[in-house]
Amino acid sequence: MSAAVTVYVPGDASACSLGADRVARALEAEAGKRGRVVHIVRNGSRGMFWLEPLVEVVTPAGRVAYGPVAAGDVAKLLDAGLLEGGAHALRLGDIAAHPWLASQQRLTGSRLGIVDPTSLVDYVAHGGYVGLRNALAMQPVDIVRAITDSGLRGRGGAAFPTGIKWQTVHDQKAGQKYITCNADEGDSGTFADRMLMEGDPFSLIEGMTIAGIAVGATQGYIYLRIEYPHAARALARALQVARAMGHLGPDVLGSGKRFDIAVRLGAGAYICGEETSMLESLEGRRGEVRVRPPLPAIKGLFGQPTVVNNVVTLASVPVVLARGPQFYKDFGAGKSRGTIPLQLAGNVKQGGLVERAFGLTVKQLVYGYGGGSASGRPVRAVQIGGPLGAYLPESQFDTPLEYEALAARDGLLGHGGVVVFDDHVNMARMARYALEFCAVESCGKCTPCRIGSTRGVELMDRIIAGRADTVRNGAQTADLALLEELCDTMFNGSLCGLGGLTPYPVRSALKHFREDFQRVN
Amino acid sequence: MYAKDYHDLGTPAGKGESVTLDIDGATVTVPAGTSIMRAAALADHDIPKLCATDTLKHFGSCRVCLVEIEGRKGFPASCTTEVAAGMKVRTQSEALSKMRRGVLELYVSEHPMGSCPDSSRCELETLAEQHGIGESRFAGPKTSRHVHTHKPVDHSNPYFRFDNDLCIVCSRCVRACEETQGTYALTIDGRGLESRVAASQDETFLDSECVSCGACVEACPTGALMEKSVLVAGLPQKAVPTTCAYCGVGCALIAEVTNGAVSRMVPNRNGRANQGHACVKGRFAYGYATHADRVTKPLIRKSITDEWTEVSWEEAISYAASEFRRIQAKYGRDSIGGITSSRCTNEETFLVQKLVRAAFGTNNVDTCARVCHSPTGYGLKHTLGESAGTQEFVSVQQADVIMVIGASPTEAHPVFASQMKRRLRQGARLIVVDPRAIPLVKSAHVEADYHLRLLPGTNVAIINALAHVVVTEGLTKDDYIAERCERESYEKWKKFVADPINSPEAMGL
Repeated sequence: MSAAVTVYVPGDASACSLGADRVARALEAEAGKRGRVVHIVRNGSRGMFWLEPLVEVVTPAGRVAYGPVAAGDVAKLLDAGLLEGGAHALRLGDIAAHPWLASQQRLTGSRLGIVDPTSLVDYVAHGGYVGLRNALAMQPVDIVRAITDSGLRGRGGAAFPTGIKWQTVHDQKAGQKYITCNADEGDSGTFADRMLMEGDPFSLIEGMTIAGIAVGATQGYIYLRIEYPHAARALARALQVARAMGHLGPDVLGSGKRFDIAVRLGAGAYICGEETSMLESLEGRRGEVRVRPPLPAIKGLFGQPTVVNNVVTLASVPVVLARGPQFYKDFGAGKSRGTIPLQLAGNVKQGGLVERAFGLTVKQLVYGYGGGSASGRPVRAVQIGGPLGAYLPESQFDTPLEYEALAARDGLLGHGGVVVFDDHVNMARMARYALEFCAVESCGKCTPCRIGSTRGVELMDRIIAGRADTVRNGAQTADLALLEELCDTMFNGSLCGLGGLTPYPVRSALKHFREDFQRVN
Repeated sequence: MYAKDYHDLGTPAGKGESVTLDIDGATVTVPAGTSIMRAAALADHDIPKLCATDTLKHFGSCRVCLVEIEGRKGFPASCTTEVAAGMKVRTQSEALSKMRRGVLELYVSEHPMGSCPDSSRCELETLAEQHGIGESRFAGPKTSRHVHTHKPVDHSNPYFRFDNDLCIVCSRCVRACEETQGTYALTIDGRGLESRVAASQDETFLDSECVSCGACVEACPTGALMEKSVLVAGLPQKAVPTTCAYCGVGCALIAEVTNGAVSRMVPNRNGRANQGHACVKGRFAYGYATHADRVTKPLIRKSITDEWTEVSWEEAISYAASEFRRIQAKYGRDSIGGITSSRCTNEETFLVQKLVRAAFGTNNVDTCARVCHSPTGYGLKHTLGESAGTQEFVSVQQADVIMVIGASPTEAHPVFASQMKRRLRQGARLIVVDPRAIPLVKSAHVEADYHLRLLPGTNVAIINALAHVVVTEGLTKDDYIAERCERESYEKWKKFVADPINSPEAMGL
């Protein structure tokens, strides 16, 4: 029998939804029939979803990729010499050299799809834990300064400077502090957190450990949405390995410093991705928004100083400490420093994860990486920043993807989700959807969100019905004015970002696509 | 709803140093930690509010109290924002008015004007009217009131009813149940517009953990939670301050009177003992006021075998006075005396002793509280020089360790128990010394750190045993004792308690 051949078949949830598990099983079975031994590694996804399941075979000449592979293709692929990197219509060659990947600037997701997510050895071999080792040789305040100097801002959506947050927690005198990771990635069309946790969980663990050492916290919690079972398994395995190897626990890497991490599963509420609701939920209570102040950095989890950071933010920390703040800061544009993993989804030909320095334009992303709409029809709009982000019309696709440039166009970058729509979209229906999303996900605490979202849906129903008599007697015009008023009330009056940001998609749809709101049906 | 004519300041008092700020051009000085809402109310610049009330911690959910602060973005909520020196606050502006109208119109889409049995005491309807909101433009065929959340009216509790359709989900009742009473019987069930107040696991109030203290009813800004007595009697015409006649806590109450009869009893929020709280008895069991058995006219009889005769006040008083005089003339001045009930207030007891001493000329006066309290009274008099309680109830808020001996406050003095439980939830430790497993030993959110189940009759022995351990294990703070105790007496006591006969081992408790 010939030696075992290593084959990578992504275990990433999106790859699995496209049949990766079946491909892995078929590969094992078909190879067996042929007397071949395959060592299958379930890696993360490289983020080229139109090519998933993307199978990579390790050959003496390097990794050779094939995709998209269906279970039914496996037998023929093996016959074509898959295990030797043989020629086949699905053969893609060295995927890292594919312009779609080669043109990216993967700092945070540098190991995605490359390493075995269960292997600490693999992680270290690809530059892992250099950041933590550097951090352990530094004074905590210098670690915080490095983060501040790197210009890293919260990637969860609020873009608050991470260093300032850490400094606040660092400066608190308290018997116990916490690092909490917000992994309740609820925005539709986003998946960067999930891909990192599934494909490179040690980067998050390392980032949280550095945060703990920096601010003096000994316990971390990952608040993970229950809809991510693959990530839950990946994290559980990685945490177990990190503990066993002394990378977590009472004596992190022999430093005498304690840090450990526990995973807590959410129960399916979008609002728990809002940081104060997340803390309430972590404490075992109803996920409901807390009033700020006090800031979580001063009085957070269980009333103690707490860092609340998103997965991408924390997973970006190791590279800052490994390569220095200046290296990281040299990427980016304006006040948006470093890279952002953009998540391209919706009606787009080549959806997936595009990590680039801030400043890429919408056009470059949608047409360059995305290749236009999947339907082949003209792209009419994109929604940036999740279900509460603004819609941008094609005329504004020159907007650079960075925080201030989007704010200047009444939009927001949020967590970096970009959803594409072709010219079949009815933007009045999309505005209604935003309000409906808010109505379904509202925690029910503050009035503008609790009542306003449902009244908004009802109002949109009246507008969309667009009866000729309401157009004639001015009722529709009055309803549109009321909708604008409702947006003002929700924007100015809501307690948190859910009700407060819902006007973004509604107002932008009204502003750029008013004709969709004035149809007579 | 709170008592008639009460000026609600919105949030509890702050406790810090004085801070001076500007509210609508007026200079206001308040303690640090005060909310803008309270500071403004103290200066009679009341800011609209629905979810705030001054017995409860701020919540910030209704969003009608938003204000503008110079140099700050957006519209902070005045209930959740504390004052700061030099702050300039605007409580009225075109933008604020527009936003408040926007929020109120949303409320009215769910709770139309005129829904409440008594609109003039519905805080929402009053506020909406002040802001010129009549009908909500959102209302329409698909938005009939509570289309999402209609629930039948809960009449189960004997004293009040809950009408979900009138509820505006401000959580004041839920918070009162938690913060004021500490029972945690109420919660918000569901989310978004389907968020509704629910008792326990969405049971009826009567079947739930509710103890009918009524804190939720007083906290409710609308007619959602209302006393059945008010529904029958209608609006009160006047409010009379009084003191609860049940237990020794001495809750200050306000009796609301309609057509000459008490229609509602509300705790006085300025009451020092009860801090705006009352229990089921004080709040709802005032039926004695108009009970048929109550003696409301003077009655006299010459002998115990005679029937009572109804007479005028004048005749009754002069008859009593003449009989006292007759007895004293015949048997001597000390042949008569006076005794007051433990249910009398201190003031009433004071008046009786004044009558006895000044008019009867004798010191034969007592109160029945002395019967059960003479041992403690004696002990307190001899150790502290004062035979009454030495602390206000509210001082329990400063206690770190609380020891309860031979008492069951949750049953006997529930209003004080609520205050104590609040402190326990903040982390104070609790030692219960009682043969019985009183509710404080273990109940939701409160648990005794130690329960010493002593034998009945060994209270003093256990105190001596505690003292024995303190003295024999060198746990005394000698300079503290030297400053306060007579050396000789202390040494005598110390020798006594140090005797092994007083050790815990010897007592076999």
